[in-house]
Amino acid sequence: MLFFSYFKDLVGREVTVELKNDLAIRGTLHSVDQYLNIKLENTRVVDQDKYPHMLSVRNCFIRGSVVRYVQLPPEGVDIEILHDATRREARGG
Amino acid sequence: MHFFAEEVIVLLIDDRKVYGCLRSLDHHGNIVLEGARERIIVGDLYCDVPLGLFVIRGESSILIGQLRFGMEDLPEDMMCVSEEEIKKAQKVEKEAKDLKSFMMKRMGFLDFLD
Repeated sequence: MLFFSYFKDLVGREVTVELKNDLAIRGTLHSVDQYLNIKLENTRVVDQDKYPHMLSVRNCFIRGSVVRYVQLPPEGVDIEILHDATRREARGG
Repeated sequence: MHFFAEEVIVLLIDDRKVYGCLRSLDHHGNIVLEGARERIIVGDLYCDVPLGLFVIRGESSILIGQLRFGMEDLPEDMMCVSEEEIKKAQKVEKEAKDLKSFMMKRMGFLDFLD
């Protein structure tokens, strides 16, 4: 649940989602659910020439299970809060 | 933001691209597309193969994309060809890929092949 709340805090920020098939999509995080399925707005594919069919996609829903990485904006990461939350989670509280 | 009754593209795990009108979606991610068609792209060539009403099991979909103004635009230099031609192009591409991986396996130590 920790990363679910973490991603919820990132809603509205610009992220890059890298999928397991090497497709990388940049866009504004619109929403995220418990499976870490992701909805992006104003998307653009990083390597456009390789994926011509993605040219006309503006908003998209990405299945959580196919996500490899999510690249976050540096200012979106507060290490201290994340540390605390991780410790709390590990303690079972 | 929801995509119901809109034209969408669905990417599948086997790298296929299916276009259609999104009719239904459940919490497993199972999808029903109406008037679905698969777009096969090989290099600069493409072809749409009609599929009719299409149900996709959730685990085999990667992404659902809403199309801008319901458009399906591709770069202008891409050419629409018949199903026969695209199948032929697919076969040629596969053979070239197989040959390359065969060469790499046998002679991967020669780095100029890459």
